[in-house]
Amino acid sequence: MTRPMAPGAPGADDVRARTFSFPHRHFLSAADLDPVLVGDLLDLADGFVALNRQQTKKLDLLKGRTLINLFFEASTRTQSSFELAGKRLGADVVNMSPRSSSIAKGETLVDTAVTLNAMQPDILVIRHGSSGAASLLAQKVSCCVVNAGDGAHEHPSQALLDTLSMRRAFGRVGGLTVAICGDVLHSRVARSNVALLTMLGAHVRVVGPPTLMPCDVGRWGVEVHHDLKVGIAGADVVMMLRLQLERMEGALIPSKREYFRLWGLDREKLALASPDARVMHPGPMNRGVEIDSDVADDLAVSLIQDQVEMGVAVRMAVLATLAARLDNR
Amino acid sequence: MSPRPIAFTGARLVDPETGYDGPGALIASGGRIGEVTHEAGFDALSSDIRIVDAAGALLCPGLIDLRVKTGEPGSEPKETLKSAARAAAAGGVTSIVDQPDTDPTIDDPAVADFILRRARDIELVHVYPAGAATKGLKGVGMAEIGLMREAGCVYVTNADRPIADSRVMRRVLAYAGGLGVLVAHRPADPWLTDGACATESEFSGRLGLASEPVAAETIMIERDIALVALTGARLMVDQVSAAAPLESLARAKGRGLPIIATASINHLTFNELDIGDYRTFCKLIPPLRAEADRAALVEALASGLVDIVVSAHAPAPPEDKRLPYGEAAPGAIGLETLLPALLTLCHEGHVPLARLIHAVTLAPARAIGLSAGRLAAGAPADLALCDIHAPRLIDADALLSKSKNSPFDGRRLQGRVLMTLVDGRVVFEAG
Repeated sequence: MTRPMAPGAPGADDVRARTFSFPHRHFLSAADLDPVLVGDLLDLADGFVALNRQQTKKLDLLKGRTLINLFFEASTRTQSSFELAGKRLGADVVNMSPRSSSIAKGETLVDTAVTLNAMQPDILVIRHGSSGAASLLAQKVSCCVVNAGDGAHEHPSQALLDTLSMRRAFGRVGGLTVAICGDVLHSRVARSNVALLTMLGAHVRVVGPPTLMPCDVGRWGVEVHHDLKVGIAGADVVMMLRLQLERMEGALIPSKREYFRLWGLDREKLALASPDARVMHPGPMNRGVEIDSDVADDLAVSLIQDQVEMGVAVRMAVLATLAARLDNR
Repeated sequence: MSPRPIAFTGARLVDPETGYDGPGALIASGGRIGEVTHEAGFDALSSDIRIVDAAGALLCPGLIDLRVKTGEPGSEPKETLKSAARAAAAGGVTSIVDQPDTDPTIDDPAVADFILRRARDIELVHVYPAGAATKGLKGVGMAEIGLMREAGCVYVTNADRPIADSRVMRRVLAYAGGLGVLVAHRPADPWLTDGACATESEFSGRLGLASEPVAAETIMIERDIALVALTGARLMVDQVSAAAPLESLARAKGRGLPIIATASINHLTFNELDIGDYRTFCKLIPPLRAEADRAALVEALASGLVDIVVSAHAPAPPEDKRLPYGEAAPGAIGLETLLPALLTLCHEGHVPLARLIHAVTLAPARAIGLSAGRLAAGAPADLALCDIHAPRLIDADALLSKSKNSPFDGRRLQGRVLMTLVDGRVVFEAG
């Protein structure tokens, strides 16, 4: 069930009329948002979903604006999603990666950011392997900083797109039972989703082996389960996290096959969830490790493709509102 | 030429040796403390004596800081021995013990000798090297502990790199103990702390920082206590930081084992929440702990369970600190803020002044066998005069260290050093 929208595909004026000014200078953390703001962002993103399904997808909300994608970690979907979002809104988009920049020559993150900042970009989208990297940049540059993932800390646009996927599938988010399963310890996706979903009134469970759970995770306002079958019982949404395969080396888990047996999602375990349960995954998937292909590819239960589509729309909403704030100044 | 004698009158004397805390006057002459009285002044003073009216300010032995890193040799842009010595003098610190993790490492008598010669040339405060316990701090082969002692090293330590191999640690303790050399060791299980940059807690979990449990410290303290019992050697626990290892320490001391412990002023002042939004100036080794741990540490200082307070001065320039938290260098400068930060514990009523002064003067002096740290006739005239009530807003840029990584930046403290004497020479005087 999809949330009601204006009939027909929205035109530029329609979306422009709905665009509002983001209340913060930067988009860093799901914890900075509030339920009303999230609702407005998701409504706006719904409009962009419809727009993106049209032949002409372009709007000029960001015309003349420059967006720099600064990705220190390899990323396919997030980077291309921000790139498409920027381009569809009419911005000039530049992609930077460490291989092609002076980071490889020993320049520090802040130096790189300050250098890029001097080129007068309007929005800097950053992904970095260290927690707090986006917040550090936000303190050092004058443009808007968008956190596209910082270490094991936050990935707020992912949480927004996950929320939008759920809202479109169930018509609501509050009251849903969402089981976030797998490597919560190292997951920025899990942290942002816990923050956002609990804020919106969802019942959140985290499920995984104790070695992949953060310290005192029970105090995050979630239920903690170590048994997947119990953890997903009756859940409306089963969100599987990617298992970094190098985790095997640190004695966090013994093997892929044991992980799949105990914490991997297959049809049999999914039967324990709610009959209408939907399966999500932030990607990229390790098929046969955290999720069985049989489940991942079943369009009747899997929202994984929807998540990717929502990703572009949500990022358009984030960029459009940040730009609206710039226009107002 | 010996410096002009100085008489301090109308002071508040705190002598950690006798426990005296009261009015008094003192003469420093010929590099030594000449006369001490509990009267406000002296009856007749010769005209060649400079008279300083202390006006009730604290006069105590100069501070002795057992844990100071400089960048010399090897990382002079961070801090030189000279800049560290100037910072020390401005902080009322008259003796510093230089950590061996320089480049090259102080694991050889020649490097120790280099440090001592540089310090003599600088002529500000006393600088004593600490020697590496193992060659290159690698934790494998024992360094030349005997030769380094002869060269002037006051204790041996593996600095920030704990000795993982228990057999090596046992032999270092036994060998150094036999020579009468104090061994300092940082209690941290190297595997539990590997890659960590914060204490394990709900807070660090939310920040997504790699963390170490307090158990990493407890495990290593317990191992070291067992090895002290085995070898009978003296051990200085280098920076205890949490409540659980304090319990281990209390049991060991209760058994009469020859163990002393230090705590850093940072861990007595801050807790993990001071990291806030990834503030790298609060990234320390060991990491800042919970508030309950900090409170336990203050209590342990008051009771004497923690013997010594150190600044854990560790300069790091902006290029090493202005990085994402996990990648930033650990450590904080502290020589100039040690005394005012310590005084906070007195002003807030947690630890009596005399006990605080003891922990930064007589206790460290005794640990490494110095005759300083006292206000007795004949003792070295290493002195600090301090207005303990003067309010200060700490401005890191105004501190004298070459690196400005002070977690106290922007904090309001009370206590201003007015004058510092080393061997009777004025090495610092407030303008």
